Amino acid sequence: MSMLIFYILAIVAVVSALMVVTLRNVFHSALFLVLTLFSVAGIYVLLEAEFLAAVQVLIYVGAITILMIFAIMLTYQITSKSIRQVNEQVIPAVIIVLVFFVLSLVTLIKTSWPVSNKSLPGNNTFEIGRQLLSTYVIPFEVVSIVLLIALIGAIIISRQDGPSRPGQEDR
Amino acid sequence: MAPLSYYLILSAMLFTIGVWGVLRNRNALIIFMSIELMLNAVNITLMAFSSFLKDFSGQVFVFLVMAIAAAEVAVGLAIIVSIFRVKESINVDDVNLMKW
Repeated sequence: MSMLIFYILAIVAVVSALMVVTLRNVFHSALFLVLTLFSVAGIYVLLEAEFLAAVQVLIYVGAITILMIFAIMLTYQITSKSIRQVNEQVIPAVIIVLVFFVLSLVTLIKTSWPVSNKSLPGNNTFEIGRQLLSTYVIPFEVVSIVLLIALIGAIIISRQDGPSRPGQEDR
Repeated sequence: MAPLSYYLILSAMLFTIGVWGVLRNRNALIIFMSIELMLNAVNITLMAFSSFLKDFSGQVFVFLVMAIAAAEVAVGLAIIVSIFRVKESINVDDVNLMKW
């Protein structure tokens, strides 16, 4: 039963990821990205990580995709729908992608990965919170500062008329 | 439960699709979405190892990767919007001012 669910989620994830990179309309790509991220959240549930599945839905589906759709709304020219979305580098791209995929598949299949037979201790969310505030407290604080600085930087970069560009009229 | 290698193969496929999107597309927004796909593929790998090794460290790393991805998207989309304001285009081939 869980194998069947895995196959369904994997197929949905891969097919909609292919749609993201091949469709011509950027907005449709963003919607298929939502589908991929949802399937990845389902995979997390299969891997017994309920907390991170919820975080995936909140951050990726809820925040990042909405940001993407806002950026599409602000930048995408509806009138120039016929612009070509792809470049001319098809042969190098195919070679690089095939070599990378075959190499990673061979590595992943040939290696015998260690697997533990213990059972996961206790409550998932509780354990992650405990580790974040004990073993990984420095990375946790650093990543929060990085996030704060990045958000301030995003506001400063995208501010329309700052004092540094006084002569520019608004568009 | 599906064996570990299945999750790793799924992750490799998603990562490869992301690489394809970055190499092939000229639209900066689609390149961004492909980068998100690659980050998600790596997250699946970390999560699969975390689950099969019964160790929560992988899940903590996934949490940190998600925070960095959110920061990256915020800054990147701000850059794209301000490039669009100047160039009237988000085609990466048009943004070649610093290309030698």
